[in-house]
Amino acid sequence: MNLSMVLTRWCVLLCLALGGMSAVHAQGNLEIDTPAVSALRQSMQQRHAQLAPLYAAGAIGLAADGSVALRDASAIPLAQRAQANSLLAAENADRAALYREIARANGRPEWEADVRRTFAQRWIDRAQPGWYVQQGGNWVRK
Amino acid sequence: MASNSVSSTVPMPSQAAPWLRRLAVTVLAVVASACVTINIYFPAAAAEKAADRIIDEVWQLREGAAAETPAAQGDSK
Repeated sequence: MNLSMVLTRWCVLLCLALGGMSAVHAQGNLEIDTPAVSALRQSMQQRHAQLAPLYAAGAIGLAADGSVALRDASAIPLAQRAQANSLLAAENADRAALYREIARANGRPEWEADVRRTFAQRWIDRAQPGWYVQQGGNWVRK
Repeated sequence: MASNSVSSTVPMPSQAAPWLRRLAVTVLAVVASACVTINIYFPAAAAEKAADRIIDEVWQLREGAAAETPAAQGDSK
């Protein structure tokens, strides 16, 4: 009787521990609904209105490393180049923070590089027609 | 840590203790190794789904879903 009580307690403890640890995997989802991630998503969404014409003009493109890179500065009027550069810097800072925060939100900071690689592929795959993406070290127009 | 709290609240019968402890240790070892195995693996499919959700939002693709679908489906290279 004592024995079964002890065993039952052990099982409950183990199940709780296991359940907590594998919750992420059981659901098959990555946690992306944290305040930090939401703030980054919103900031990137607002900036996109300014970035979209630059993608369309081929001035910037989606780089293989999950960032946005300057492809052809001459496609941007001289007066707007400084602003375009600061937009790019801000976007890439947000992206780096996004990859880091997603890894951290899931309790695995070491996943940052994997998250970045996954995003890099998806940004490129889903780029709109006419945009430039980096493939095999070259810029390719979609 | 867990074994301390259990043994302090529920005194084990002295005869049962050795094999019970062995069982507990075995179960713990299996669970621990399973956890390590599960968590080392990067969930690529889940990450892709998460990335797509965020890209939808950042690029505002959901409103224009009807217009975007053909382009998104046909992987034109």
